[in-house]
Amino acid sequence: MSDDNKKKEIDDLSGVETTGHEWDGLKELNNPLPRWWVWIFIITIVWSAWYFVIYPSWPVPGGATEGASGYTQFKELAHNQAEITARQEAYLARFEGADFETILKTPDLYAFAVAGGKSAFKDNCATCHGAGGQGAKGFPNLNDDDWLWGGSLEDIHQTIQYGIRADNWDTRDSQMPAFGADELLERSEIDAVVDYVLTLSGGKQTSSHAQGMQIFAEQCAACHGEDGRGMRELGAPNLTDKIWLYGGDRETVYETVFNARAGLMPAWNERLDENTIKQLTIYLHELGGGE
Amino acid sequence: MLELFAKQQKIYPKRVWGKYRKMKWATMIATLGLYYLAPFIRWDRGPNAPDQAILIDLPARRAYWFWIEIWPQEVYLLTGILILAAIGLFVVTSMFGRVWCGYFCPQTVWTDLYVWVERIIQGDRNARKRLHDGPWSFDKVGKILATHFIWLVIAWCTAGSFVLYFNDAPTLVRSFFEFDVSPTVLGFIGGLTFSTYLMAGFAREQVCTYMCPYARFQSAMFDKDTLIIGYDEKRGEPRGKHKSGESWEGRGHCVDCTACVQVCPTGIDIRNGLQMECIACGLCVDACNNIMDKLDLPRGLIRYDTTNHMTAEVKGGKEKFHIMRIRTLYYGIIMAVVGCIMLYALINRSQLELHVLHDRSPLFVQLSSGEIRNGYTLKILNKTFEDRTYILSIEGLPDAQIDVKAAGNVDADSLYVPANRVGEYHVFISANVEPGPANDITLTLTDNDGTLHDSYTSTFITQRK
Repeated sequence: MSDDNKKKEIDDLSGVETTGHEWDGLKELNNPLPRWWVWIFIITIVWSAWYFVIYPSWPVPGGATEGASGYTQFKELAHNQAEITARQEAYLARFEGADFETILKTPDLYAFAVAGGKSAFKDNCATCHGAGGQGAKGFPNLNDDDWLWGGSLEDIHQTIQYGIRADNWDTRDSQMPAFGADELLERSEIDAVVDYVLTLSGGKQTSSHAQGMQIFAEQCAACHGEDGRGMRELGAPNLTDKIWLYGGDRETVYETVFNARAGLMPAWNERLDENTIKQLTIYLHELGGGE
Repeated sequence: MLELFAKQQKIYPKRVWGKYRKMKWATMIATLGLYYLAPFIRWDRGPNAPDQAILIDLPARRAYWFWIEIWPQEVYLLTGILILAAIGLFVVTSMFGRVWCGYFCPQTVWTDLYVWVERIIQGDRNARKRLHDGPWSFDKVGKILATHFIWLVIAWCTAGSFVLYFNDAPTLVRSFFEFDVSPTVLGFIGGLTFSTYLMAGFAREQVCTYMCPYARFQSAMFDKDTLIIGYDEKRGEPRGKHKSGESWEGRGHCVDCTACVQVCPTGIDIRNGLQMECIACGLCVDACNNIMDKLDLPRGLIRYDTTNHMTAEVKGGKEKFHIMRIRTLYYGIIMAVVGCIMLYALINRSQLELHVLHDRSPLFVQLSSGEIRNGYTLKILNKTFEDRTYILSIEGLPDAQIDVKAAGNVDADSLYVPANRVGEYHVFISANVEPGPANDITLTLTDNDGTLHDSYTSTFITQRK
């Protein structure tokens, strides 16, 4: 098709030259694109070529071509993380030297500890204790005011560091006898002592109350106390309150007495650094039950 | 051969003097003066807030406009301003045509300024044209360098002023003299200098013709009662050269001097009728009137007029201008409604806001005493410019105890929030209640001098569903 030989045709209505192309009586007007527009188009093409060279762009087995700038999102992530770490350093220097009391009084250190503890908790502790520290059967709720081994900052710190029944000399350790499984008590005796224990937290007395009280005094009071209020040195729970680690119904308490209970918690001083443990301690203390 | 791409035709607008040119100078001085100087206006807000009258403080996420302060959550006010601006533009356009384009649009104002610089250094239309088409000489290089240098200085000031709206103006200006400006600021200034230089120096009318969406959809606001720049064809045609002393009988008043074309900043011939490129600046009106004066003919061969008015005159009748129409009424009503909503929002803007988030995990905690405890995160927005202390109280839960968890010993009656900040507190509420369905509780925060208060209704959860 040669447009050159055709005579110029001017559209009547718009006064614009036509291109000579016609479809079903519709004629195309010749309104050329501004040249700078074309330049912008060319610049974008040049830009894409530049981009192609500078950045990783072409997929190859096992990744992509490395751009001339060496940029990758992994490096950017590492860079950002390094920035965050550097920002933390400023706090850590002060945090490291401060004792618990100072941290609790200083707003920015307090916020640093709670925020750091919260994320460390989710990474390490939430598996057993739940995302909010609400616990589950056999795993204590860390929000309440009932503590097996003590709820002061020092107690919590010690527990996190060395764990419970973990494999080190400083760990918190104790053993409840399995009264039924090891045949230390008859089944009827266990029944009596279970009924007695339930009365400590408001249960109804039964006919075997006196017998249960006597068995409790002989077998249980050494750890749980005469009045059943527990003993933190041995991790013996308070039996008079409303909180039950394994359940407060008769069947569960019977099971507890029959087979005994011994929860485990790993020692975290081998896995976490001291600052993280300190942050966790404060976070847990401030969950509501700290003493 | 067809041309695929059109080369930009350089336009050399001729100098003109007249009513509309004067108005253009006046609006240029007013708008540019406002733009360059506004960041330096001071407004005392006390020691805890910036004293710049107009400031957008991005790092602190606050915007200040004289006595109005806007927090991020009040950005709906910005929406309101944008709606008002858009509808305001519609009203003005439907009544007076594209006056925004001709007088106030930054693209027009800065282009006008740049053309002025061009004219001062290189001379008027013909001189500029000659210089441009002529051979390279020492004189030409000097004039062109001088023009571009001044353009860049203006562009740099424009960019610098823009940045001042986001920083404390005197401090930033001082830091320039101390060569202590952040790379971010310099980056913004560099980018905006370049764009101003490019848009006002080179792109000019191309922006209006090819880039601006507003130029395209404006026709939707036009009707036959809209003021437009119009050429009085009935009076002007047939046009032709005219020798002094010749009779005007049997011919039109247009002497085809092309003065209207020469002054046009977008390079169109208004005698071809209203065109998309026309920005309604009225310079052709000034140019034509000056010619008419010389010829002792009445002014107004080219004039601001409405289509209805012109057609009526052609028919011999007199038609009134209809400035108020159904269309303008609609726009007016929309503006009034949006304006009232904004005014209401501004008048009722509370200087204290309380937001309460119930802890998600755990929803509630049973304490050893049998009491039940719920945790809440309080966000306290202190919008005053003073440090304040607030008292928290609860309704809807008898004998409830409030325990605030924060650094130091903080009580529920001493929640401190610094001026112009958000305070965050974790609060435990416990009560000796029997487990049951969740009940609503209302947390109320009162300013320690009792003037400000805000409430938030949350729930107290006592059992698993």
